[in-house]
Amino acid sequence: MMTGFPTLLYKEVLRFWKVGFQTVAAPVLTALLYLLIFGHVMDQRVRIYDSVSYTAFLVPGLVMMSVLQNAFANASSSLIQSKMTGNLVFVLLPPISYLEFFAAYVLAAVTRGVVVGAGVLVVTWPFVELAVRDPLWIMLFALAGSAILGTLGMIAAILAEKIDQVAAFQNFLIMPLTFLSGVFYSVHSLPAFWQGVSHFNPVFYMIDGFRYGFFGVSDVDPRMSFAVVAACLAAVSAMALALLKSGYKLRN
Amino acid sequence: MAAIQIKQVFKRFGSLQALAGIDLDIEEGEFFGLLGPNGAGKTTLISVLAGLARSDSGTARIMGHDVVADYRNARRALGMVPQELVFDPFFTVRETLRIQSGYFGLRANDAWIDEVMASLDLTAKADVNMRALSGGMKRRVLVAQALVHKPPVIVLDEPTAGVDVELRQGLWQFIQRLNRDGHTIVLTTHYLEEAESMCARIAMLKQGRIVALDSTANLLRHLHSLQLRVRVRGEWPAALEATASGGDARVVKLRDYDEVESVLATLRAGGCHIEEMELEQPDLEDVFLEIMKRQ
Repeated sequence: MMTGFPTLLYKEVLRFWKVGFQTVAAPVLTALLYLLIFGHVMDQRVRIYDSVSYTAFLVPGLVMMSVLQNAFANASSSLIQSKMTGNLVFVLLPPISYLEFFAAYVLAAVTRGVVVGAGVLVVTWPFVELAVRDPLWIMLFALAGSAILGTLGMIAAILAEKIDQVAAFQNFLIMPLTFLSGVFYSVHSLPAFWQGVSHFNPVFYMIDGFRYGFFGVSDVDPRMSFAVVAACLAAVSAMALALLKSGYKLRN
Repeated sequence: MAAIQIKQVFKRFGSLQALAGIDLDIEEGEFFGLLGPNGAGKTTLISVLAGLARSDSGTARIMGHDVVADYRNARRALGMVPQELVFDPFFTVRETLRIQSGYFGLRANDAWIDEVMASLDLTAKADVNMRALSGGMKRRVLVAQALVHKPPVIVLDEPTAGVDVELRQGLWQFIQRLNRDGHTIVLTTHYLEEAESMCARIAMLKQGRIVALDSTANLLRHLHSLQLRVRVRGEWPAALEATASGGDARVVKLRDYDEVESVLATLRAGGCHIEEMELEQPDLEDVFLEIMKRQ
């Protein structure tokens, strides 16, 4: 029986929407700046998958990177701020189960990720000729990827005792994983060793599969990528649920 | 049925035994006080009741519902006002109360929210952001948040800490009204005069144990700290045990009121002329200090 879930989800969405300038508009502008700078410098020099211009290649990568980073930021910042200021007590006192808690925070993270991703797509669309070959893959990778990063954000905030510990998690793990995942390049352009290393980065599969939805070509078969992404989602969800069920660093 | 039933609750934080076997029943409709020095375990006990902390062993029930096995019904039956002045800076007062109500599954609760706001003089601040409220107003919102789901049991953890006199009076009147309406109230406070005047029954905690549990009247009665402060002209009779107390006054400890007569008789027999006399009754602070010293 669910009681508090819809309200907790609504509260989490309302929370980022109220500061939309910072949580939606700012990351959209950042992605647009990446496109303008990298697109301008690289477009005439690099072509990827033969027929795809560099700028067109870059856009899905930037969209997915924004989706993932904002999903992480939403869950982690909301939860750590509530922990630090003490207002998490208002969520812990009502009859909200750990499953409802998990679902609300992750879905809110997915919502912010998708809203920012859609914003990036809208503002970059005029600069590129972008076909949508397979919208189902686009949706699947966007939803699963943002759910993984949202869950990781929740785990980071549960484990952290200070806001700068969450920032360290974001700067030293999430940022390198997203930047080194093929957002700005195809991994086929890397030396063999680094190509191999890239295949251990789960974010690579998220971006590669997401990109497949636009171009119909990718570095890895999208079914294989989705299997990796689904396995990652199951693993991080199991970890987050175990933490929430035990009440670790929340109910003590 | 007991509103709150706690059996053999233990809780340890590292090397600190925060709760060491608490047994406590609080009946429906009681106005109950939980007193103790800092670190005695009051907030930990309340946290176990509210599900904010998990006991290592033992059981706690609210209105018959186990706080772990039947946590949904237990939490529905409990409204808690936390000690810290916490708030969510993203929302207005009305949004805060609607959200809190929604957490309990009550999504069309505006009539009751308006009533609670009116009772706590919050109506004029309904659309003001929480950040813009004074400390006293934030405290009122905390009380309102604890009441949005109409819980039969209300726990207030130091509700008047740092609150000005006017607000404190208003808050107590409101809480007394809730108690008259049938709510069970559990209060922790450092203001012992408040506990004395409001609580019908009191438990005193020390180092995670209940060291006194009785009606407030019995606690006051059982402490032999009735004392007679006297200033006399003439030689103080050697037979009468007394301690000096400021200037030339002396204090005689009495077991009960009947003893006043024999003290006066001894003074008269010793040729003393009484210039000033005052009978001092023990208050809860004396009882508290005495019990804490004894244990």
